[in-house]
Amino acid sequence: MADYLIRRLWQMIPTLIGVVLLVFFLFKYFGGDPAEILGGLNASPDQIQAIRDQLGLNKPVWEQLAIFFKQIVTFEWGKSWATNESVANLFMTRLPATLTVMVPILLLDVLLAIPFAMAVAAVRGSLTDRTLMVVTTVALSISFLVYVIVGQYLFAFQFGWFPVQGWSDSTLTNLLVYTPLPVLLAVMVGLAPQMRLYRTFFLDEIGQDYVRTARAKGLVERTILLKHVLRNALIPILTNVAVALPGIFVGSFLIETFFSIPGLGREVLLAVNRSDYPVIQAVTIYIAVITMFVNLVTDVLYRIVDPRVVLK
Amino acid sequence: MSAVLAFGSNAPASGVVWGAAWRRFRTDRVGLVSLAVVSAFLVLISAAAAGLVAKGWQQEVGVPNAPPHFLGPAPAAATSGIAQPSGPNVDISAVDPLAPRYKEWAERAAQLKTVDTVKSETLPFGGDRLGRDVLAKAVKGAEVSIMVGVLAALVATLLGTVLGALGGFFGGKVGDLLEWVYNVFTSIPGILLIFTFAAVLNRADAVIPKGIWSIVIILGLTGWTGIYRLVRAEFIKHAVREYVRAAEAIGASTFSRMFRHILPNVSHVALVQLSIHVVGFIKAEVILSYLGLGVAVDQVSWGTMLAEAQSELILGHWWQLVAATAFMAVFVTAFSLFTDALRDALDPKLRGLE
Repeated sequence: MADYLIRRLWQMIPTLIGVVLLVFFLFKYFGGDPAEILGGLNASPDQIQAIRDQLGLNKPVWEQLAIFFKQIVTFEWGKSWATNESVANLFMTRLPATLTVMVPILLLDVLLAIPFAMAVAAVRGSLTDRTLMVVTTVALSISFLVYVIVGQYLFAFQFGWFPVQGWSDSTLTNLLVYTPLPVLLAVMVGLAPQMRLYRTFFLDEIGQDYVRTARAKGLVERTILLKHVLRNALIPILTNVAVALPGIFVGSFLIETFFSIPGLGREVLLAVNRSDYPVIQAVTIYIAVITMFVNLVTDVLYRIVDPRVVLK
Repeated sequence: MSAVLAFGSNAPASGVVWGAAWRRFRTDRVGLVSLAVVSAFLVLISAAAAGLVAKGWQQEVGVPNAPPHFLGPAPAAATSGIAQPSGPNVDISAVDPLAPRYKEWAERAAQLKTVDTVKSETLPFGGDRLGRDVLAKAVKGAEVSIMVGVLAALVATLLGTVLGALGGFFGGKVGDLLEWVYNVFTSIPGILLIFTFAAVLNRADAVIPKGIWSIVIILGLTGWTGIYRLVRAEFIKHAVREYVRAAEAIGASTFSRMFRHILPNVSHVALVQLSIHVVGFIKAEVILSYLGLGVAVDQVSWGTMLAEAQSELILGHWWQLVAATAFMAVFVTAFSLFTDALRDALDPKLRGLE
């Protein structure tokens, strides 16, 4: 196990270097000139030159790359160009809001999709099953945006069940007052694809020999589904959740923008619109690191869920 | 396909595969209907691109927020403010310094022609806040959104297929390098990668003008990884098959083996992926355009329509929202069903899985 972990951590290094190189060269050669962005439209050539000197843009490329690496390792990203807020502080203050929205969404999505998918898989091929598949196909073809627009209009503006938008300093108030509507809408939309996917996982398992054996020895369908099929289907479901997990850090960007929730996703979007490079670069690289660690943890979790899995 | 035939009459023509797929597809009624709907949309957007329909989508033909025909004109808004004074104007010509010139100005004004365009009170399916025909906008928006989806899917599929072919066929150093690139791209969550590319391209106006092409490039460059993975697996499988060894024995070049022998045998994978990605990219374009990272301001897409619809809905003008949603829902549903039918026809093993 320890060997495995060390090797996996070792293997992360080239990928991480790749991410850093990708971000560095993307912004260096395809992005705009940082000095011109910082200087604004009225900057004189002298001022632009001064900013270039200050940022070290006149140094050779490899030296700039070295500075870039140093910034990452030491967590010294400096400040946002737009708001002068330190990037580290930005992470610390925006991430809680994002998690307050995304964690309930992810949990509800998975916890609701599993029983629904199992119920549908149990009556596979029936009219209910087929109707539901058609309904989800149509529902999925409508943009998430439409659900959010109509949902906010109906539930908040017309019926007044929820506040239209808002955010407070207290996590409890946020959870009880401001997040229910975004979470409800996101879960409503996320449930259909999730359920369809899990249904195929269940169907895959139901077709296996061990299910036939269980039936042959006289087990009730209920026991087969809940004890045998569920346990095995949890493996692909876990993979799926693991793939979605890194997304929770920025995944709610649309909801955050729409409901004015001061989260990380909205911050990244603002940074993109303001060409606030330090923020975008820092978020991209650190989220990539988090993603790699989440993937590692999932692989270890497999071992716990399914003892047959051999980590190599 | 013909390249395979050229190597001898004994070689099984891959045309048979496509013929069989078409025969399977023909029996799928849902697939046929969805194909018809998709074709109808393609005809519509070709007509829009050629300027035959929805050419004047930017003209303000109706009153602002004109309701649809079947609702009738909007009730006249109550005029507010100060009541109009009644009675004749007070004659102040004795003290008005401009009074001597009024006649001259009136004559000059009479020489100029002004045309009052009559703006219609209602439009077939309503108008937006500038009085533009929503139906024309939805058609023109379909052109932009579908074009973006298809072009981006083509870019992603091309990139994924070529890289997958290289990685799968050669393996070794080339394969490792490409796996490394793949790992780098997949270690960044998709939406963040899109944002990063958008941030860079936002400032690269000179290289790629903002609009359809920039969003095609963003989506194409960030969306190739899944296709790469699948094509690579297929190439690994096929590279050691006998027909490829045989081709090598008779002196077929590496390029020829990769793209003339193996590619036709794995092209169904790429085709199905292309089709799946079209739907994904259309949805992505809608969101990106809503966020202001998509098409340029002088263009219309389903995403920009939805962005406008958000504020209109509060005022009770629902028609733009419904028009954009309906167009998108019909096309995307038809295209998804078509994709399912296509996959079933090309890859019968997978039938009924989803």
